[in-house]
Amino acid sequence: MMPYNYTKTMQENALSGHEERPHTADWALDIWGPDFLALLSEAAIGMFALIGGHLNDGPRQPRHLSLIEPDRETLLVSFLSELVFLNESERLGFDRFQLSLSGLELEVDMDGGIIVDQTKQIKAVTFHNLEICNTSRGLETTIVFDV
Amino acid sequence: MKINLHDFKKIDEFEWELPESFRSGMRAPVHVFATRQLLEDALGDLSIEQAVNATALPGIVGHMVVMPDVHQGYGFPIGGVAAIRVSDGVISPGAIGYDINCGVRLLASNILFHEVEGLIERLSFALDEACPSGVGVKGAFPLKGNELDDVCRYGARWALKKGLALEEDITRTEEMGCLEGADPDQVSQRAKERGRTQLGTLGSGNHFIEVDIVEQIFDPGAAQAMGLQLGCITVQIHCGSRGFGHQVCTDYVHDLQEAVHRYGIQLPDRELVCAPIDSQEGRAYLGAMRAAANYAFANRQLLTYGTRQAFEQVFAGKVRDWHIRQVYDITHNMGKIETHLVDGKKVKVCVHRKGATRAFGPGAPGLPAEYTHIGQPVLVPGSMGTASWVLVGTQGSMERSFGSSCHGAGRVLSRTQAKKEVNGETLRRKLEESGIVVRAGSLPGLAEEAPQAYKDVDSVVETVVGAGIARKVARLIPVAVIKG
Repeated sequence: MMPYNYTKTMQENALSGHEERPHTADWALDIWGPDFLALLSEAAIGMFALIGGHLNDGPRQPRHLSLIEPDRETLLVSFLSELVFLNESERLGFDRFQLSLSGLELEVDMDGGIIVDQTKQIKAVTFHNLEICNTSRGLETTIVFDV
Repeated sequence: MKINLHDFKKIDEFEWELPESFRSGMRAPVHVFATRQLLEDALGDLSIEQAVNATALPGIVGHMVVMPDVHQGYGFPIGGVAAIRVSDGVISPGAIGYDINCGVRLLASNILFHEVEGLIERLSFALDEACPSGVGVKGAFPLKGNELDDVCRYGARWALKKGLALEEDITRTEEMGCLEGADPDQVSQRAKERGRTQLGTLGSGNHFIEVDIVEQIFDPGAAQAMGLQLGCITVQIHCGSRGFGHQVCTDYVHDLQEAVHRYGIQLPDRELVCAPIDSQEGRAYLGAMRAAANYAFANRQLLTYGTRQAFEQVFAGKVRDWHIRQVYDITHNMGKIETHLVDGKKVKVCVHRKGATRAFGPGAPGLPAEYTHIGQPVLVPGSMGTASWVLVGTQGSMERSFGSSCHGAGRVLSRTQAKKEVNGETLRRKLEESGIVVRAGSLPGLAEEAPQAYKDVDSVVETVVGAGIARKVARLIPVAVIKG
């Protein structure tokens, strides 16, 4: 299977989107996109929107991730968990993602920088009721974050 | 499946049962400790559905317990207790939570509020300085070499060895501040990396340090044993295992996704994944969870050290006795191996408490000598700006709730809704007008934790007391709040 490349950001892709969904204790985010890679990218952008702040004017910080998981939901959680770790350990945020998928092997080249004025911290990404479904908006899911 | 009030059987004014027959796959009934009003509130989100889901955990005994401060979490409700047989049951990281050993510590003083009222603002600055809080903050105790492993193994006792604790702090901490069987080798390098720089920090979210006044005493004997005096100031510290515990839970919830298939365990929610307690995976998680729990005990101990420094800085030479002494330190996110009576027989169980406090009654093993006759202190912080409570466990809690009680007020508004309804700056001004000094890292974060986002803590306490699973000792009211 040939890898599929996805390079668009949310702003460039009107078919993708995210919306905060009320959750009593933590944060939940509805995410949709035309395909799985768009969904992943959108989830990341939505997550960084939740934590607030903005990227500083310093040098861009590219990072690469390689992930293999048994299903798409686990791949989504693992991808976002990597971003949570980079945010906590290096205060990084990302706004450009190039993703490729071969089966359930995900390669991500992403680009970002140090976040300044970050107001909130996402501490973990959960599997709570996590299911990626086909809908009229393409692929859609709701992800709950521990804050 | 929608759950309605009429699906419950009323046991008494404060306890309701959702029978095992309610939905297929339930292995135990759900017992909710609530007034009718609190139960109706709980049915407003997914709390009770999450409790029903949790009854699918293999080996659950008796009933799934739901406290009156319950609210929706992820997988397992916050305010839930599940006792699971050790012999053939499972352990579930998601049923314990990400912030392993999130808990509360209460410190008491002989300082009368009216004598130091003019110094409270200075105290709040000193506490803010001595106890780092907020997003991305680092602690003043960087760990070198294998020191983190020692923290994992010895918890608050590590701090005692370093001269950062008093012997009395240790004896007045649940499990003497150290869970036996912690295994740092079962903790990922990533968790250690997250934890290495965060020891001695409060963090963000709903964690806080609060200065209170003892406003009312209900049980003078118990209050005296705890050193609580009317009109004197106390300090509550609420936090947990920081990024260390979060990463431990993240790692094991991930790894056990595959294990449930291998063990043929069917669950309604992937966040509840689990492994037999007596399995390689179960033992590994227990070892890692205990390491994170010990990290949290050490963390609250170092924040206590910082609090003592702040008290000395502000009050030394200004009041006769500025020292603060530990009342108790309790956990409300933990899996503990305990023995409880189930259908008249003693059964060894792993009690999963998530947003629920251990509340052992008088004479229970493991209590400090001075509390043996009164029962274990149960610390119930209210929402910011409202009262907090000091309770004690009872024989009733041993019989009805696996030695457990409530842990706080419990949220009713989502964070999004709270931010829509409350302006952080207005809230700070209102709190200050009512005599509460506020130090907050983030105003939107302050708005999310507004009093109106929570249930009425007094109703929650009246419920656990009415149900007989706790007894009142004292009521505290806040004068200063430090939030990340």
